[in-house]
Amino acid sequence: MKISLGPLLYCWEKQQVIDFYQQVATSQIPLVYVGEAVCSRRRELKFGDYLELAKMLKSAGKEVMLSTLALIEAPSEYTELKRQVDNGEFSIEANDMAAVYLAKEHKLPFVCGASINNYNRASLDILQRFGMQRFVMPVELSKTWLSQVIENKPAFEVEVLGHGYLPLAHSARCFTARHQHLSKDSCETVCRQYSKGLLAQTQEAQPLLRLNGIQTQSANCVDLRSELNEMIEMGVDVFRVSPSSLACISKADALVEALKTGATDAQFPRSDEHCNGYWFGEAGLKSLS
Amino acid sequence: MELLCPAGNLASLKSALQAGADAVYLGLKDDTNARSFAGLNFTPTKLQEAAELTHQRGKKIFLTLNTFPKPNEEHRWYQAIDLAASIGVDALIVADLSLLDYAHRQYPHIPLHLSVQASATNLGALSFYKEAFNIARVVLPRVLSMKQVRDLAKVSPVDLEVFAFGSLCIMAEGRCHLSSYVTGQSPNTGGSCSPAKHVRWQEQGQDRLTRLNEVLIDKSGLDEQMGYPVVCKGRYLTQDDDKPQYLLESPTSLNTLSLLPELAKAGIVSLKIEGRQRSPAYVEQVTKVWRQAIDTYLNHPDKFQTQAHWEQALAKVSEGQITTLGAYERDWQ
Repeated sequence: MKISLGPLLYCWEKQQVIDFYQQVATSQIPLVYVGEAVCSRRRELKFGDYLELAKMLKSAGKEVMLSTLALIEAPSEYTELKRQVDNGEFSIEANDMAAVYLAKEHKLPFVCGASINNYNRASLDILQRFGMQRFVMPVELSKTWLSQVIENKPAFEVEVLGHGYLPLAHSARCFTARHQHLSKDSCETVCRQYSKGLLAQTQEAQPLLRLNGIQTQSANCVDLRSELNEMIEMGVDVFRVSPSSLACISKADALVEALKTGATDAQFPRSDEHCNGYWFGEAGLKSLS
Repeated sequence: MELLCPAGNLASLKSALQAGADAVYLGLKDDTNARSFAGLNFTPTKLQEAAELTHQRGKKIFLTLNTFPKPNEEHRWYQAIDLAASIGVDALIVADLSLLDYAHRQYPHIPLHLSVQASATNLGALSFYKEAFNIARVVLPRVLSMKQVRDLAKVSPVDLEVFAFGSLCIMAEGRCHLSSYVTGQSPNTGGSCSPAKHVRWQEQGQDRLTRLNEVLIDKSGLDEQMGYPVVCKGRYLTQDDDKPQYLLESPTSLNTLSLLPELAKAGIVSLKIEGRQRSPAYVEQVTKVWRQAIDTYLNHPDKFQTQAHWEQALAKVSEGQITTLGAYERDWQ
């Protein structure tokens, strides 16, 4: 099993992003996804910037993949996607069927992101024939589901989002702009103000959601680090950490270390606001031990 | 332009046909469709009856198999496709790759409509499904602006169907886990959004609390108009504002009557009315208005204007009696 760092889903200032990936370059994390996966209106970093980051990380010895948008609507977004898929150097994480289509057309291998609906083995095998080398389990599925699906060893790898805030939905509407009384077309990239999204709580002060532009995330952080051993036994190939702060780099490093030393039963302290319900086949927001 | 209406049961189906639907869509009474509310949907025998009734009137019937099969239970979905083929439905509405593959290989003569649950919103995705499974039509998610619909229609390799009226789903359909995050049941695998057994209303003084699996999603006055409780239409607090607000959307319905000429000019082949979970009276009312509107448009395309009495009739059956153009209108986004 190896540890990966998922794409940064928040809108950070350009320099912050560069600093972040420079630290990633010196970390032990072997597999890194970079790219804008949420909103095409975020232009702090352009495709060329991501490509440079990818090259920098590659020269630091990382395996790098380019993540693509989850919701592709405008023709301009589709044109941009073509550029990304046809970059000539890096494989992509497809977060929409459009990316699967283009990768298949170019006969390029790809990873299927969690936002593509993969709910059974027959569908996964079809995607594998089209070039899928690995898939990220949709976030709402469980370990029981996964073990049934990979009972007969598949020809593709499996990645599980094991630590981070869960992407739960995507909309045409930008909730962050709306909250600031701005329209989407003149949003001033106001999502920069919320480095981990805007927390939404119920009227009983229960943290529920995190508004990240057009994306809605879980308020609670999924934490499956204590399940590492079981995942290894099941045959999970990659454990993904979804970045939300600089601290996640050291968390991911600690996981790489644990795998190296075989200390995968190490106790990882959980935050008060963690959840793991989906993994156990329950409501995603639950925290079960 | 086809008027496609929902049928949660035989009574609704009859209402829809009577009121002027060109086609109806419906699901089986199990988890092969994403509206598995108790008391809704069709047994195989009722489906047969529904098909006969529909065909006698020269109309079309589409079977919705829009969930994603669970591991080791795929055969149940394949059997549903076999059943639909033997009954002679006019199209299958499908989202899952394995089901598209099965239907395309076994029954290439049955048109495949890509369900909205597949969340296909662009030329690349449509080309993928067309080339791999020869789909005939796509149902577009309610996330595109009118301009984006027009742009897509110009280049699409398949026919387009859009949601014209009904409950407003504000997330890209098929990719929304808000309901399963709170309840543990996924609409994608055969549950429904906000399953009724998880909904609980509770009166507290002058307030009515709406809970979904014990999570408080709204607090309202006892006399307030309420929609069906879903996570995206609840009122919440934020870190920088402690006044409860509809942060995502308020209870409201989609109504595109005023867009009818634009949708027609864009070449949209089918207008879908949402609401298999609604009553036969709702189906009848909405179908009647849309039949009149479409016929009025077709008779005099240049003179079309939406009528106040149509809008009033539709508002009456809308959530919170409020309607919106949703994502079709850029300002909403």
